[in-house]
Parts: sequence; C-alpha cells; structure tokens
Amino acid sequence: MNARRLRASLRGWGGVGAMALACVTALILALMLPDSARGSGGAGVGGPGLALGTQARDEDCTDPQDRSLSPSGADGATIDAIKNRKDRRLIVGVDQNSYHWGYRDPNNPKAGGDLEGFDIDLVHAIAKNILGDENAVQFRAIPTSQRIPALQQGKVDMVVRTMTITCERLRQVTFSAPYFKTGQQVLAPANSGITGYDKSLAGKRICSAASSTAYDRLKSDRDHHKLAPSAVVLPPVPNQLDCLVRLQLGEADAVVTDGALAASQAAQDPTVKLEGGTFTTEYYGVAMNLGAKDLVRRVNQVLADYRKDGWRQSYDKWLAPTLGADSPSQNPPPAVYGRTT
Amino acid sequence: MTHPPKGSAAPPGRGAPTMPAVPPQAGPPRTPGGSPASPDAPRSVSPAPGAAPRRTAWAEGVDRLRAAATTEPGRLRIIGAVLALLVVAFGAVTAWQMTERSAAADNVLHRSQPLSASAADIYRSLADANTAASSGFLAGGQETQESRDRYESDIRTAAAKLITAANSSEPGSASARTISELNELLPQYKGLIERARANNRQGYPLGGAYLRYANDTMQNRMLPKAEQLYDRENQRLGSDYAEAKPYPWAAIALGLLALGALAWAQRRNYLRTNRVLNHGMAAATAAGLVVLLWLTVGHTLARSGLEESYDHGVRSLSVLHDAQIAALKARGNENLTLVSRGAETMTLPDKTTVDLYDFNFDKDMKALTAHLAAAAKLADDQAGEKPVHAATADMEVWKDRHSLARKADNNGEYQLALDRVIGSKDKKPTGVCFDGVDTNLRDAVTHEQDEFQRAAGNGLDAMTGLPAGAAVLAVLAAAGALLGIGRRLSEYR
Repeated sequence: MNARRLRASLRGWGGVGAMALACVTALILALMLPDSARGSGGAGVGGPGLALGTQARDEDCTDPQDRSLSPSGADGATIDAIKNRKDRRLIVGVDQNSYHWGYRDPNNPKAGGDLEGFDIDLVHAIAKNILGDENAVQFRAIPTSQRIPALQQGKVDMVVRTMTITCERLRQVTFSAPYFKTGQQVLAPANSGITGYDKSLAGKRICSAASSTAYDRLKSDRDHHKLAPSAVVLPPVPNQLDCLVRLQLGEADAVVTDGALAASQAAQDPTVKLEGGTFTTEYYGVAMNLGAKDLVRRVNQVLADYRKDGWRQSYDKWLAPTLGADSPSQNPPPAVYGRTT
Repeated sequence: MTHPPKGSAAPPGRGAPTMPAVPPQAGPPRTPGGSPASPDAPRSVSPAPGAAPRRTAWAEGVDRLRAAATTEPGRLRIIGAVLALLVVAFGAVTAWQMTERSAAADNVLHRSQPLSASAADIYRSLADANTAASSGFLAGGQETQESRDRYESDIRTAAAKLITAANSSEPGSASARTISELNELLPQYKGLIERARANNRQGYPLGGAYLRYANDTMQNRMLPKAEQLYDRENQRLGSDYAEAKPYPWAAIALGLLALGALAWAQRRNYLRTNRVLNHGMAAATAAGLVVLLWLTVGHTLARSGLEESYDHGVRSLSVLHDAQIAALKARGNENLTLVSRGAETMTLPDKTTVDLYDFNFDKDMKALTAHLAAAAKLADDQAGEKPVHAATADMEVWKDRHSLARKADNNGEYQLALDRVIGSKDKKPTGVCFDGVDTNLRDAVTHEQDEFQRAAGNGLDAMTGLPAGAAVLAVLAAAGALLGIGRRLSEYR
C-alpha cells in the first residue's frame, strides 16, 4: 500500500529521476512480492522501457495469446528425445469427454473406438509433422485439474485439451500460438426466453463447472450485483457436461461455459441453444513444458500450416453445425509471436 | 395378643368394631405365607351371639386365620393352601417367563433375523444393480443379455423386498419413512440409468455424465438409507436376542421356594406322625422338581442354541454382508473409473490430485480385505471356511489384474483397459474375479444362514412345550399337595 502511494506521488513529479526511482521500486517489488507487483504492473506505471525489461516475468501481461515463440521447422533437444524413444510416439494429454473436441465413440465399429474431435485432428497433424505418422500418438486422458501437473511431471509431451492461454498459466507452462478463439457463453433451452448473459437471466438458476472461469465470473458478478436480479448461481458441478444433465432434469435453467464446450453440449441435445454472443474472449493453445522451446516453435510451424490447410475442414466437420457460420470462432485466430527468447 | 374367649371387643391394634370370629371351617385363608400361630392361644372360639357391626373382609380373614392357626387341622389347612399357592405361582411364573422368552426366540428365528436379512438384501441388490448398470454401460451397444438381466432382477428384488419391509414396519416409524424415501428414489434412479443408456447408445459422452449422476444418487442418497434400514433391523434383532436369553430367575427362585416349602411340610409331617411318605406331597415334590429341571435345562439349552446362532450365524452374516457390499462398491468404482475417464478428481490432504473413482476403489478393496479376514476368522467349520478362502483368492487375482488394467488405461490404451475389466474370459478381465468373489460370498451367506437357522431352531425347540408343561405339572403338583394335606386332615374327622 505504502509503495503504491509512493509511486503515485512520484508519477506526479515526472522526469527521468522519478522514472528511475519507479524502476527500482518496481523491481524490488517484483522480486519480493511477485503477485502484487503483477497486479499493479498492468497499469503501465513504469512505461514501455520497464515493460521490456521485465518481460520474462509477466508483470504486465495483457494479451497472453500473443506471447508465443516464432515458428520453426528445426529439430531440437526435446524433439530428438521424442524421436529416439523406444516407443516412437508422441504422448499427448487430451480429454475423452468433450463431444466433438476429444471423445471416444462407444459405437465406433473398431470396438472401444478411437478418440476423435477437433483437438484430436490437431494432434494427428502435429504427430504427422514431427514423426511422419499421424497415428504415432499415445493419448492420455487427463482431467482438467491435471493438465499442468501432467506436463510438469513429464507424463505428457503436450496438452491439447481446450486449454485457455492465461497469464497465470504462462508462468507454469509454455503455450503455442492460439488455435481457437472462444469466450464464455450462455446455453439454455430454445424456448426458455433467455437471450444471453443479460437481464433475461433474472430468476433463473445458472449452472457452471467447479474451478472454471465461468464460475469465477458468475460469483464475482453476483457479488458486485452485475448479474441479473434474483438469478441463482448454483453450486458448481465437477464437469461442465454435468450442467447439461442438470439442465435436462430441470434442476438448472441455464449453463455458462466456454462457447466451444457449450457447442459440444448443444450437439448432444438439439433442444438447447447457445444464446447471445460470447461475453469474454479466450484463446485455446497447445501447452508444453517451459523448457521445450524447440517443440513450441515446431508446433507453431504446424499451426501456421494447419491454418491454411486442415483447420477449416476440421471446424466444418466438428463445430460448424452447432457454433454456426457467424460465430466469433469461425476463423482461426491470427498468430502473433510476441516472445523472442 | 390374646382375646377374651367370648368377648366382643375389638382386637388390639384395630379401631374397627368387631364381632366374634366365625368357626375355622369356613372359607380358604387369604393371607400369603400364613401367619404363625401364637402358641398360647385359647383353643376354640364359639359363634357370635346375635348381630354385630359390619367388619372388613380383611379383618375377618385375619381373625379366622389366627383362630385356625390354633388347631392342628387349621394349621394343616393353612399349610396346604400355602403349598398349593406356591406351586401354582411357580408354574404360572414359569409359564409366563418362558412364553416371553420363547416368543422372543421365535421372533429372532422367524421375524427379526429374516427382516434383517431382507434389509441386507435390499442394500445388496441396490448396490448390485448399480454395479451391473455401470458394467452394461461400459459395454455400450454390446451389453450382454446377462448383465441386462442381472440389473433388472436386482431392481425387481429391491422393489419386492421394499414392499415386504414396508409391510412389517410400523406405520409412521422411522423405518417406514426410510422405506418410502427409498421407494421414491428407486424409480428416479432407474430413470437416470435409462437416460444414461439412451445417450450412450447415441455415442454421446452425456451418457457418462448421467451414469455418474445416477451413481451419485445411489451412493450418497439411496445406499445410506438402505444402511439405516439394515442397522435398525439389526437393532431389533439384538433386542429380541436380549429378551430371549436372560435366565428366568423369578421362576427359578419361586421353584426353589415351593420345593423348600414342600420339603418342610413333609418333614413336619414326618416329625408329627412318624410316617415317612405322604403320597400326595411326594408327588407334588416330584412334579415341582421336574418343572424346575425342565426349566433350567431347557432354558440353558435354548440359551446356548441362541448364543451359537448369534456367534456363528448373525455375526458371520453381518461380516459377510459387509464384504459383499465392499466387493460391489469396488467393482462399481472400477467400472466408473473407465466411464468417467478422469472427469472427477479429488484432492488429498497432501495436495496430490487423484481420480475419485480409482481412489474409492482402493478404499473399497482395503475394506474387502479386512472383511474377508474377519469372515475367515469367524467361520467355524470346513464348509464355512471354504467359500471365504476361495473369495479371498479371487480377490488377490482381482487386485493384480486391476493394476494391469489401470496401467493400460494410464498409457492411453483404453481398449486394452476395457478388455481387462469387462472383456471376455480369454482376456483375463477383473470381471471374472469379481464374479468369483461375489458367488463365493453368496455361498458363504447361504451356509451361515443355514447355520443360524439350525442353531436358533434348536434353541427354540428346547423351549417347546415348556410353558404349557410347566402349567400342567404345577396344577398337578398343587393338587398333589392338597390331596396329601387332605389325607392328614381326614384323620381329624
């Protein structure tokens, strides 16, 4: 608190000396109290010079999706290690429960079925590029909460699992350039009168998944009275799909989740619809270990190619029927390689 | 404490007006135990002249007794009456106490134990239905007729046993409420399972979410209620045992008293007349002895039968029931690990995150191991030990195969994991081991149920006829005592 007040008064002075003082203060803070420094860093106190100087930390992280490494087709230590495996396969953490993203069709003629979906198509493209065989993949089903631990413990080479690129996560893992743009959206029965994340939610019971960005947003909006009056935020359920169960059983009136996952729910029940536009913006990326720079560059190279050839076909196959033609997700997001080291 | 021979004054210590005592021949004495005659009392009282104020029956009776006790025939009459009364009381208390115990033993055998077994069946068939549903779900479109039949028959069993339980519960009782709640939840649960199946058949992961919801309903709402019901029936069984087992001390004490009184009367008779044998009283003593022996031996036998039925039947059954439930829960969680595919996790105190169902599986397996060990300890004969040991062996194989299945799943080889859990026999699935555990436990339950019925039946049989026999013999003994006394009395005519 004192430090912040000090900086505020310094800002009033202007001039080079004040800037230098601010730099020192911010640096000390960054070292001692990384959290609070990150929170205030976004205000741009130190100016562009300071932002550049502390980029390795993410004090002033604004567009996390634009902070990946530039693409490259070269092999490196990580890729060599994968290629030299006895079982020469890429190990990828995926979801098995997200319809049209990563799921297993029990009725697939090959008993038990292979995984399929939008994420799975991307995994096959990456495997083909790195190992020359699109089926040289070992899929590992990992729950949402295990995505980062699985990477850190080396259980998987990468995670392709509807994973949003956030500043918080950037400190723990490295992301590829974004491959999908989405945002929080409302899902409700077609005849419910709910039109989106607005006043039409008044008096409705809203379902969301535990430790999801949707639940955090709902709670915060409710506490700040930004949510429609008398709307009830239900206790969170373990998995976003459990919300559709509650919806069908009449225990909930609306679901808030990522538009992409809401679309996957709508694909399983023709009587529910995505209502209104997305009210946040999020980007999905492929997550890899912090040190695996060669692999990140390689995946970015794959994604650059995939945007031109592959992405559209996969989108049309899996997502277009429920997301629609005018969805903000209908085109691959542009890649900005903001990170140099 | 003497009164004037022809006096009309009130007896000392009594304020009531009196009239002279009536002759001793009239009426049976009412005072229990008889009052000892005062040695120096005047010998006879003559009828009262004329009317006098009314007296209470009690005071009159006391006076008569007092008067009667002064003559030998009077004393004999009192002794006879007291003997007859003691013997009849002995018979009545025996009949009453043994009727109570035999009714409680009958309840143990024919009512509370069957109800407790029926409550255990409700619990078991619900858990079994849940397990069968998850197995069928995993098989998807290839669900076997066998697994479908098993699920359906479990639901039918649960519904039928719930009706039986409802009929034998008291309206408005806690058990009745639990039963009606279960009756409401059962169709809800079934609806969820059907939704899970329908969605699964279309290939929607939503089916898995429904199955998890159904499982949650079963584990957290239905099974705890079924457990309450089972616990309550077990309490009832325990209280029936507690009513059937205590020794009938009151009857035994009265029996000893009656026999003692008979012995004293015969000794008195011998001292006064030098006659060794009074046939009536000897017969009464013999009958009383028979009742007392029958009572103690019969009840001791019944008690040991009941104790055996509890130690070798009820306790074994309870442990076996727990083992069955643990096996069923473990199997359900094993299936659900593959159904949920990591959708539900839990965080341990040391902050590590584990799959919820896999964690529960390990917990259930530990419980199963403990229950099987306890069951093996309780099994008291070859026939009881065999199935328990076989179940334990199956469980060990199950554990090994389960870790192979988990390894396959963790390596992303889902189909292999599936084959190792619900696959056909040649794939060495854990399903075969579970079936082995389940079948063996059922055999063990059947055996222990037979043991229980044999032992409890023996216990109940040991009391057969005791109440009625005691009553009849007591009446005979009383008649014998009266006859014996009458024989002496006749000598005074």
